[in-house]
This record gives sequence, structure tokens and C-alpha cells, in this order.
Amino acid sequence: MRNILQKHLNLYFALAVVVFSFGAADSMAGGKAPKPPKQEWSFDGMFGTFDKAAAQRGFQVYQEVCAGCHSLRQIDFRHLAGIGYTEEQIKAFAAESEVTDGPDDEGEMFERSGIPADPLPSPFANDQAAAASNNGKVPPDLSLMNKARIGGADYVYALLTGYTDPPSGIEVPEGGSYNTYYPGHIIAMAAPLSDEGVEYQDGTKATVAQQANDVVTFLAWTAEPEMERRKSMGLKVLIFLFIFTALLYRVKKVVWKGAKLR
Amino acid sequence: MSTNPSKKFKNPMVNWIEYRLPIFSFLDNSLGSNYPTPKNLNYFWNFGSLAGITLGIMLVSGIVLAMHYTAHVDYAFDSVERIMRDVNYGWLIRYIHMNGGSMFFIVVYIHIFRGLYYGSYHAPRELLWMLGVFILLAMMATAFMGYVLPWGQMSFWGATVITNLFSAIPLVGDAIVTWLWGGFSVDNATLNRFFSLHYLMPFVIVGLVVLHIWALHVHSSNNPIGIDAKTEQDTLPFHPYYTVKDLYGLGVFLICYAFFVFYAPNFFGEPDNYIEANPLVTPAHIVPEWYFLPFYAILRAFTADFFLFAYTPISWIMSAKLAGVIAMFASILLLLLMPWLDGSNVKSSKFRPLYAMFFWIFLLNCVVLGIVGGKPAEGTWLYIGQFTTTYYFAHLLVIVPLVSRLEQPKTPPESISAAVTSTAQG
Amino acid sequence: MSDTNKSAEDGEEEEKTRRDFLFTTTAVVGAVGVAATAWPFIDQMNPAADTLALSSTEVDLEPIEEGQSITVVWRGKPVFIRHRSSEEIEKARADDDANLPHPESDAERAKNPKWLIMVGVCTHLGCIPLGNKSGEIKGEYGGWFCPCHGSHYDMSGRIRKGPAPTNLPVPEYTFLSGSRVKIG
Repeated sequence: MRNILQKHLNLYFALAVVVFSFGAADSMAGGKAPKPPKQEWSFDGMFGTFDKAAAQRGFQVYQEVCAGCHSLRQIDFRHLAGIGYTEEQIKAFAAESEVTDGPDDEGEMFERSGIPADPLPSPFANDQAAAASNNGKVPPDLSLMNKARIGGADYVYALLTGYTDPPSGIEVPEGGSYNTYYPGHIIAMAAPLSDEGVEYQDGTKATVAQQANDVVTFLAWTAEPEMERRKSMGLKVLIFLFIFTALLYRVKKVVWKGAKLR
Repeated sequence: MSTNPSKKFKNPMVNWIEYRLPIFSFLDNSLGSNYPTPKNLNYFWNFGSLAGITLGIMLVSGIVLAMHYTAHVDYAFDSVERIMRDVNYGWLIRYIHMNGGSMFFIVVYIHIFRGLYYGSYHAPRELLWMLGVFILLAMMATAFMGYVLPWGQMSFWGATVITNLFSAIPLVGDAIVTWLWGGFSVDNATLNRFFSLHYLMPFVIVGLVVLHIWALHVHSSNNPIGIDAKTEQDTLPFHPYYTVKDLYGLGVFLICYAFFVFYAPNFFGEPDNYIEANPLVTPAHIVPEWYFLPFYAILRAFTADFFLFAYTPISWIMSAKLAGVIAMFASILLLLLMPWLDGSNVKSSKFRPLYAMFFWIFLLNCVVLGIVGGKPAEGTWLYIGQFTTTYYFAHLLVIVPLVSRLEQPKTPPESISAAVTSTAQG
Repeated sequence: MSDTNKSAEDGEEEEKTRRDFLFTTTAVVGAVGVAATAWPFIDQMNPAADTLALSSTEVDLEPIEEGQSITVVWRGKPVFIRHRSSEEIEKARADDDANLPHPESDAERAKNPKWLIMVGVCTHLGCIPLGNKSGEIKGEYGGWFCPCHGSHYDMSGRIRKGPAPTNLPVPEYTFLSGSRVKIG
């Protein structure tokens, strides 16, 4: 009886192994697009912080390249203090935008220049307008892009730098582009970045890789503006908890010594 | 008036209150020298109090989040992001709540499997166990509705898929689904009622927990050897012994919890839920939160060619879809019958090696079901899901009743103190 | 014999002290932890960053002509801004010596005498006084008049007659470059 059960158990473990190996195979075959290569990011790890200079360059890339189609709805101008802009700079950015406000005393809407509390302007009034101008596909909002895709920052970077000529035999339909890392490979967005496509104010050479790195750093910040505070607070909390738990462990030992004597 | 009530405690203020509201003797009866607890409880017995504390954390963080959340399809997603960005410590409170859900299920699942291993459902603790199953069901309902509130893609499509289950009910199914939705799809009305019920359900859980603890305190805790305490030798007062032990366990638990909150806050989540709900675009594959995956796998195992469905009379009376729905609910409700399915007169699996082995296989089976639940229901995954689903029910309906009645258990020690002394010597 | 007994007692005493120290330390650390945890849950009810961002507002005074008033919304309340004429300034200053229920000089209330800036909420029970728009009743003192319970304010926004206890409050404001003023 015991033997049979042992066999049953072995069989079960074998099955589990099969399940796990299928899992590995599945992620290779099912995803089609290769796994985006791991990049080094300033915001990685327990002590990661945002590279503010890169994030500011990334903001420039966003404004000059992405903002034509992609909104950044969750970000107000005032938030930009988080990547090191001063109040004056933020006011100046905001003042460049026109905001429809109102209604005034006559019931009319009016235009005014933006203030730091205003959101970054969206390129389209609504999704329908966005789709109409982009071959029927709505360019997604970028505020949470790094959190909203499997692979996060690495994926967004791989996508931005992953435009190639299609392999022979693959037909790219009108209005589409071939991207190694996009699931299904045919992406509606044409390659957005080009060498020297922007001229960096700080003189950094604007290669595609550099721009992708900068804009991904910027988007890492838009997705998780709380990250630096979160990680530094987390360290303090964990240190506290380790000390407190060690003390509780001692207390438990001391109290239970009494139990053994009872 | 046989005893002078004002003499009971040393502190006169305490006595003054005690005479009018006997809250101190109540506390003493539930925690102090008047509540004897088996002295051999191991660390698996920490998970009950951990579950209670997690429930408290969820209540507090949830009430706070509700102060900032807007239950409207146009604003829900943005209001959550406003919490993350603009509300003071909003990101912290939201991540505590979000990860707290997963922590709650981890703790409760360990608590349940501890009960299964040590036979904690045996007489006279049947009602205690059944109340626990009802708590699990209430938790599931709460978690499901809570996941809808951020109004991301997974929120929306998860809600759509799960509410659609009820359409499998013959004749009235569609009417029930429309009633649940308050419309013809998951929409604003659905979001509002889910918010209302998500706020209500935790208090129902608190009520069930009170009953659960009340029932626990009648016969006290089960223990690793499953022999109830007989003499004072076998017990310790809950306070201070188990309060300090529980506090130490709490410290370890909080370290794990804090790690996820601060360093991997989205580990248990789905990236798709950071995309605002869009009723016109379905995500590539819809997966529920990890704690539902085993049940999701059971739900999806029932296809028309699944032998449990195809070769049994079930197929004459219902669709495969309905069979899947019934199986999913049955997989939890069957646990209610554990006290009677297990016919052994020895509780703890420590003295039932064969039964213990099947326990571990069952646990592994549940893990595999969970993995299957996260994969697309096709090809090999479907077959593995169907096999493990069959085994799940076979364990509860065949293996447990048979093994518990046929296996000759080892003889447990005479008493808790005898067991403790023998391990101390050995 | 008695010596060993004594040292055993001493040892016990010492251990008790050590134990008490451990218990106290743990309790104190725990209390600190609970207090620190409580703060985020309290602070979340304070104004959020987006609310604070709107706690000050900038107004361009250029388009307001002499003798005209405008109303702007600041922190959810109306703020009256009046471009006073020289007669109005004189009249307000002349009243500095009148019998005021809440004595304040006009110079205290209007840093730049041309501009009177004040929160337009009656200090009695929170109604919005009339008189900021042309054609509205201005009350017996030619300033503002609260229709709810008949409080009369003068050209400096000071309470002169009626149930209101204090003058219309002057918010914190600074004149920025040119014709802009920042309220709050």
C-alpha cells in the first residue's frame, strides 16, 4: 500500500516538474516578442533615485517629440518640481500653455495662460479626436506607461529603440511599423526618435539611445513620483521593524522561560 | 451579591467601571489567567491573530482611502492616481491597502491549511471551522469588489467575467446579471454598488470574526497533538505567553509586509490595471488576483469534453459553463463538510502518516491549480487544470473519507504535558 | 550557605532588573512605532498638494479701472478687489477717527491705498455682502451692505453698523512685478 502511494507521489512531483517546464516554454513561445533586455537605471534597487538631469532631458524629449500625440494627464506643471525644476521655471512652462477657463460673468468660456496648478495640455480634446487623427488608434496616455506594461522601464526602452526593417517575408501594412519588442511586432506608432531629433539644452549628444534613456527616466518619474520618498521611508521602517522584532523576540524568550518553570 | 464586586481588582478606578460594565473580567476571561491555552502551540497558531490584525489594518486604511476616492466611472481612476500623487501619504496608505489584501489571503490560507493538517475542524469545533469558511467567502466577495474600484482594465474585465458567471443559472441567469450590473454592462451603477458593498462587507467579516473567536473561546484552541487540555499542567494563560508570542510573530509578518509595500508594491498586481478601464478593448488575457487563481482554474476546467462533465449525468441537466460555476463554489463550500468527511477519531495528522501524505499532495495540487489559473485555458494547461480539478474533488470526497476511516493511526500521547515532557527528553 | 543564598538572590534581583529594562525598552519602542504610524493616517486629512497649489492665486489688476471692483475666487471664497478713487481713499481715511466697532486704520487695511483687497464674506454669519457690482446697494456708508442681517461696511470694508462683529478680513497678499498681485 505504502509503495503504491509513494509511486503516486513521485508521479505527482514529475507532473509538477512538467508543469513548470511548460511554464517556461510557454513564456518563450506565447509572447512572440523577445524579453526586453535588462538596462541599468538610476531608479533601480533599494537606494535608487531619479537621475534628475536625465529626467529633465526626458521632459524635453516628451515635449518636443511625444506630446504631439501622447497626453500626460496625471501630471500638473507644479509636479515638475519633483524632477528638480524651480518655481520660476515651472511658472514659465505653465505660462506657455493656453487654458480654456470659465464661464465668466457673461457665461462665456475664455482663454488664459496656464498656471502651475494646471495639468499639462493634452494633444487631443478626447479619444475620438485622438483616434481620428491617428489611423483609428488612440495614442495611449503616458503618465503610467512604465507601470502599465509587463517589463516596465526596460520594455519602454526596448520599444523605443526596437524599430528595425521587417524580416523577409513579413508584410508591414500601410501605416504600421515593424518593432522587435512590440507584441505582434506591427505597431501603429512610427519610430518616434531619431539621432539629433532634439537639441539638448545641456549639450548632451542626442542619440536615439540617449533620448530613449532620458524619456524612460522621465516616464519612470511620472509613473511613480513617490518612489524616492517610498524607498527612503521603507529603509527607515525596515530598520525600525528589525530592531523592534529583535526586542520582541527577546521578550518572548524571557517570558517563556517562566513557562518552562511552571 | 455573594462576592463583593468592588474587591475584584487592585485599582479602584478599574473596580468602579467593572461594577457597572464588567469589561475587565471579560478581557480577563478572553486573554488573561481565566483563558487557559494549550501550552504546546507552534508558530502556525500565530496566523489567527495575524489575520485579525490584518483585518484591522485593512479597515483603517480602507476607511481613509474612501475619504479621497470617487466612485464614478469618469473619476475613479483619476481619483486613485490623485491619492497616489497629491494626498498626503496617499501612496503609502493605498499601497498598504493594496498589498494588505494579498497579505490577508496569505495569512488566511496558511491558517486554513494549518486547520486542515492538525484536524482543527473536529468535534467540538465544527461551528468554529464553518464560521471560518464563511469568513473566507466574505473575504473573497470583498476582495473581488475592491479590485473593481480603481477602475483599471483588469478591474473592469474581471468584474465583467465574474458577474457573467451568474448568467449560467438556468432561466433567471440573465435577469440576475442585469440586476447585479444595474444596467446592460458593468458601468457606473455597478461601480457605485460595489463601492457601497466593499465598504459594508468588512464589517460583516468583523461580525463573523467575533462569532469565530467566541466559538474558539468555548473550547479553546486545538493544538499540534490534537489532545485537548485536561489539567492545568497542559495549559498556559493566554496573556502574557501567547500575547508576546503573537507580537513577535507580528513583527516578522510586518517586516515581510513592509518589504512589499515599500520595495515591490506592485508585485501582486497586474500592469493592465494601470490602464484606465475601456469597455471596447479587452486585455490579452484576463487573470484574477492571485488568491482566486485556483478557483478560476476549477471554473475553467469544465469544458464540454471534460470527462467529469461529458461522462456523468451532469451533462443531461446543465451546461458545462454552469457545471464550472457550481464546481467553483462547491470547491469552497465542501470545506464546510470537513468535520464529517474526516471520520478519524485522531485529529492531528502527526499521528496519521498516510493522511498527512495526502494532505501534502492536496496542498501541492492547490498550488498547481493556482499556476494553471494564471495561464491561458488551452492545450496542456487545460488538461493539467482538469486533472488537478478532479484530484481536488477526489481528495475531499473520496480520499479523506476513506483514508480517515481505514488508516490505523499511531497512538497519541496521553496529554499535552506528557507530549511536552517526552519531546523535552527525546 | 547563607552566602550562596545571598548571591543567588542578588543574581535573581539583577535578572529582574534586566528583564524590566527589556520590557520597558520594548514597550517604548512599540509606542514610538504606533505614534509614527498614526501620523500618515492623520496627515492625509490635511489639504492635499493639489489643494495647496490653489491656496494662492495671482490676479492681473491692469483691466480694473478706477472706481471699479471685481470678485475673484480664492480658497473657495470670494475676494473683493476695488480700485479706489482718490475721493474714496480720502473718505476712508477721514473715517479712521470715527467711532469704529472694530478700530483699524485704512492704511493698515490697504497697503497700497489705491487697492482695497478683502475677503467678501460677512463676518456675522457668512453671507456675501452686496456692493461689489455697479448698481448694487452699497449701504449707509457707501461701501458694502450685507442683506442677510443688515451689516453696513464703509469704503475700507470696516463694519460701521449692524450685527457683524469685525471688519471684512484682509487676506495675505503681495504685489508682484507690474500690475500683478498674489493673494495667499
